[in-house]
Amino acid sequence: MLIMVDSKYSNIVLGYNDELIWKHLKHLCLQTVTSEQIEHLHRRFKQLSGDQPTIRKEHFDNIPDLEFNPIRSKIVHAFFDKRNLRQESDGLADEINFEDFLTIMSYFRPIEMNMNEEQLDHFRKEKLKFLFHMYDSDHDGKITLQEYRNVVEELLSGNPHLEKESARSIADGAMMEAASICVGQMEPDQVYEGITFEDFLKMWQGIDIETKMHVRFLNMETIAQCH
Amino acid sequence: MQATGCLGVPTLHKLPSVFMVAALLGLLPLLHSHGLQPNPMLASEAPHHYPAVVRGNEPGDFTSAPPGISEEIHPLSKHSSNHTGNGHSKPEKAFPVLGIDYTRIRIPFEISLWILLACLMKLGFHVIPSVSNIVPESCLLIVVGLLVGGLIKGVGESPPILNSEIFFLFLLPPIILDAGYFLPLRQFTENLGTILIFAVVGTLWNAFFLGGLMYAVCQIGGTGLNHIGLLANLLFGSIISAVDPVAVLAVFEEIHINELLHILVFGESLLNDAVTVVLYHLFEEFANIKQVTIIHILLGFISFFVVSLGGVFIGIIYGIVAAFTSRFTSHIRVIEPLFVFLYSYMAYLSAELFHLSGIMALIAAGVVMRPYVEANISHKSHTTIKYFLKMWSSVSETLIFIFLGVSTVAGKHYWNWTFVISTLLFCLIARVLGVLGLTWFINKFRIVKLTPKDQFIIAYGGLRGAIAFSLCYLLDYSHFNMRDMFLTAIITVIFFTVFVQGMTIRPLVDLLAVKKKQETKRSINEEIHTQFLDHLLTGIEDICGHYGHHHWKDKLNRFNKKYVKKCLIAGERSKEPQLIAFYHKMEMKQAIELVESGGIGKIPSAVSTVSMQNIHPKTLPVERILPALSKDKEEEIRKILRNNLQKTRQRLRSYNRHTLVADPYEEAWNQMLLRRQKVRQLEKKMNNYLTVPAHKVDSPTMSRARIGSDPMAYEPKPDSENLPIITIDPASPQSPESVDLVNEEMKGMSRLPPSPEEDEEGLVMRVKEPSSPGTDDVFTPGTSDSPSNQRMLRCLSDPGPRPEPEEGEPFIPKGQ
Repeated sequence: MLIMVDSKYSNIVLGYNDELIWKHLKHLCLQTVTSEQIEHLHRRFKQLSGDQPTIRKEHFDNIPDLEFNPIRSKIVHAFFDKRNLRQESDGLADEINFEDFLTIMSYFRPIEMNMNEEQLDHFRKEKLKFLFHMYDSDHDGKITLQEYRNVVEELLSGNPHLEKESARSIADGAMMEAASICVGQMEPDQVYEGITFEDFLKMWQGIDIETKMHVRFLNMETIAQCH
Repeated sequence: MQATGCLGVPTLHKLPSVFMVAALLGLLPLLHSHGLQPNPMLASEAPHHYPAVVRGNEPGDFTSAPPGISEEIHPLSKHSSNHTGNGHSKPEKAFPVLGIDYTRIRIPFEISLWILLACLMKLGFHVIPSVSNIVPESCLLIVVGLLVGGLIKGVGESPPILNSEIFFLFLLPPIILDAGYFLPLRQFTENLGTILIFAVVGTLWNAFFLGGLMYAVCQIGGTGLNHIGLLANLLFGSIISAVDPVAVLAVFEEIHINELLHILVFGESLLNDAVTVVLYHLFEEFANIKQVTIIHILLGFISFFVVSLGGVFIGIIYGIVAAFTSRFTSHIRVIEPLFVFLYSYMAYLSAELFHLSGIMALIAAGVVMRPYVEANISHKSHTTIKYFLKMWSSVSETLIFIFLGVSTVAGKHYWNWTFVISTLLFCLIARVLGVLGLTWFINKFRIVKLTPKDQFIIAYGGLRGAIAFSLCYLLDYSHFNMRDMFLTAIITVIFFTVFVQGMTIRPLVDLLAVKKKQETKRSINEEIHTQFLDHLLTGIEDICGHYGHHHWKDKLNRFNKKYVKKCLIAGERSKEPQLIAFYHKMEMKQAIELVESGGIGKIPSAVSTVSMQNIHPKTLPVERILPALSKDKEEEIRKILRNNLQKTRQRLRSYNRHTLVADPYEEAWNQMLLRRQKVRQLEKKMNNYLTVPAHKVDSPTMSRARIGSDPMAYEPKPDSENLPIITIDPASPQSPESVDLVNEEMKGMSRLPPSPEEDEEGLVMRVKEPSSPGTDDVFTPGTSDSPSNQRMLRCLSDPGPRPEPEEGEPFIPKGQ
């Protein structure tokens, strides 16, 4: 089954060695981004890149709807964040190929019925990791106050009249809340440097991220080809 | 556990019975009016017919006659006046020192008694937690209704029946408005497709399946049923197939099921009203028509859209008008809540006027007006709306269930085993089949699939209630002579669903381990993340080139922000982003919670900052980097504060004119401040943790809240030096006018009995000379837990209103 998919779509991911394609498609199949979706995404990818094999940051400027998005830069950034692309490396990529594009998209796949507890937990963590990386812009594994402020400022940037102060106070408030949730009572000399991923998980406990963070399009075809 | 139970039982069980006795004693006058009427003939004839009772007065009573019956008493008085030889027709009898005129007050008195009974019962049930844990309140209320009905019947009276007009015009709207106004919109819209399918297709399926099968039963069922035609059966099916919002609310609110299931069942019960209304009128009409043609059916189909969309349309219109009205209420705060109630009620009545779906209209009105109204009205008005709605809806609900019980005793019944049993059976089967079939279909499109457990709860939660009863009661007896049998069957189904399903659903939810509602306090982090996620998903959709749910939501939001908010929300708040609005709302809520807990609860999170609802969002002066502020930073802060002061001043004025001088919150705020002392310790530590000291996140807001509620300006006490000192220059030397205003406020304060603490505050207040160029106030966070520290907290920040030439023009240009 996998081989079939492999041969069918190898033309899409041309230019990469077989091992990678194999590995990646296997990965994708497990994640049930289905063949039809891959096709659609590939069309879109080509449209964005102008028929080039890779996409650069500038290409995202061509999307008119994205212009109004307050966290636009963060979203675009996430596509080039190597932490999201390959777990082991760090830093920013200059350009991404279709495979990477798919990898990013696969973070937004919906939950599946037959997931067991462990898979669900992994699923959830993966999504949160993606979000965490969006917050943590300096790649130090912590969302510092400054980073948090940036996020809130960006969120509020849609409103041109807004002072930075209100964004800051909200971020500060949120940070204090995070500190009190994650650490609880602290000694006076203790320093809360920032939200670590563990703390981040704690803060997201109330939100069903696994049912919320998905793009509907990625579930148009529920029958996974590879299963 | 056991021991306490044994000890606790006698006392615990006595209390409610006391309530019960009290309530029943309270009913005695009612019984008197019904049953102990001196004239037996009148009493048996028309027991609650007003004129009849009026005439039933004994002439010998010391009745100060109301105008209506003075004629009848005249002969008596004339007779006596002749006796004394007095020329006038004045009664010769001594002036009645004490008179009884029950008839005059009877109707309002009895209504009050019923409501009182309902409230006492509700009170009683919650005193015994052991009972209310097992049996849902609705069941208990029906039982009470049955008892009261039996009692009334026992004294030879016919108890009142749940009047359909009263039910639809007065009892139902509060419940629906409460549901609509506080509808969890996000979940509702996210699941709208599923809800609609359940509400429309599911109800249609139920109605036709049940109607058809019942027709078959009537055909083969033998004696007494053969005369019931297909249309009557379909009508019956349409009445009984709709899930009832009142019953669902009553049961589901007690089992704390997860939000998805709650909104699915509850949403269905709300939206199926349109289907029920259409089917009901359709079949009622058809029953009078000899030949039903295809055109009739087509018209019925069209009328479904007219009824549902028309109802929604009327609701939206009234909602917008209400929002627009609330834009101008800033000077007369006290009547703000009324607008919400009146416009909603008008929406309901207007929809009913055209036989449109009143429920849909009410929900649409509530949903549409809420965000705008909330931004416009004061926080107190908001609280008032909330409490009034909750109060009305809970009283209505209680009354409905009690009257359901009473009506059961009162109504005429025609028990037909075949009919009743098959109705009940088919009702359950239809529901189960409907839910299974529809979820199979829906799950193809849903991303979060409905599990078998969910399906079971949805099917099991299909409770029937008073709407079905009232609709059936409305049937014209001359056309539907089998009405009594229908009523009996409907009551049986209602009782079965409310009692059996209502009582077992909680254990079943536990048994199946259905996900329960998480008790999450909405935190500011969560709000930030949620918004972040929304934007992220919109962005990803845009990148995919797929215009989905998030894309359109984003478009709608932008339209709302750009045009609608400007029209419907007054002033600056129209430009307030959602996040900030939420931030303030949350702060407010936390403060209120803190206040209401009376200082007993847990220590709240460190950010339980307090801010008045309509304080300007852009003015949180939280620049607390210690190194000297740059010139433009200072200027910025100065601007912010100035702007803030204007706001404060406006606020004070409206407060003075229209609210009590003694702010009821005053006391509470003080209590809260005590609480906050503990929190502050935590904060103090926090201060050190955060790379940029965030110590005073809340203090400025906090004190602004103080200013909002108690209009005083505060000066800091320069007593603590060991913590970061923030120097801000709010409004350089205060103008005389502002001082005047402050003084006025102080006078106002001194008029009410001041707590010692407030006295002290008055003393603390003073105008301070600038301590350094560019700084008027030394912004010092308190350090100790001493009372002075607490006072400090109130003293921080704004030095009072400062009218300036630029007062009229807002800090932020309004035009854009």
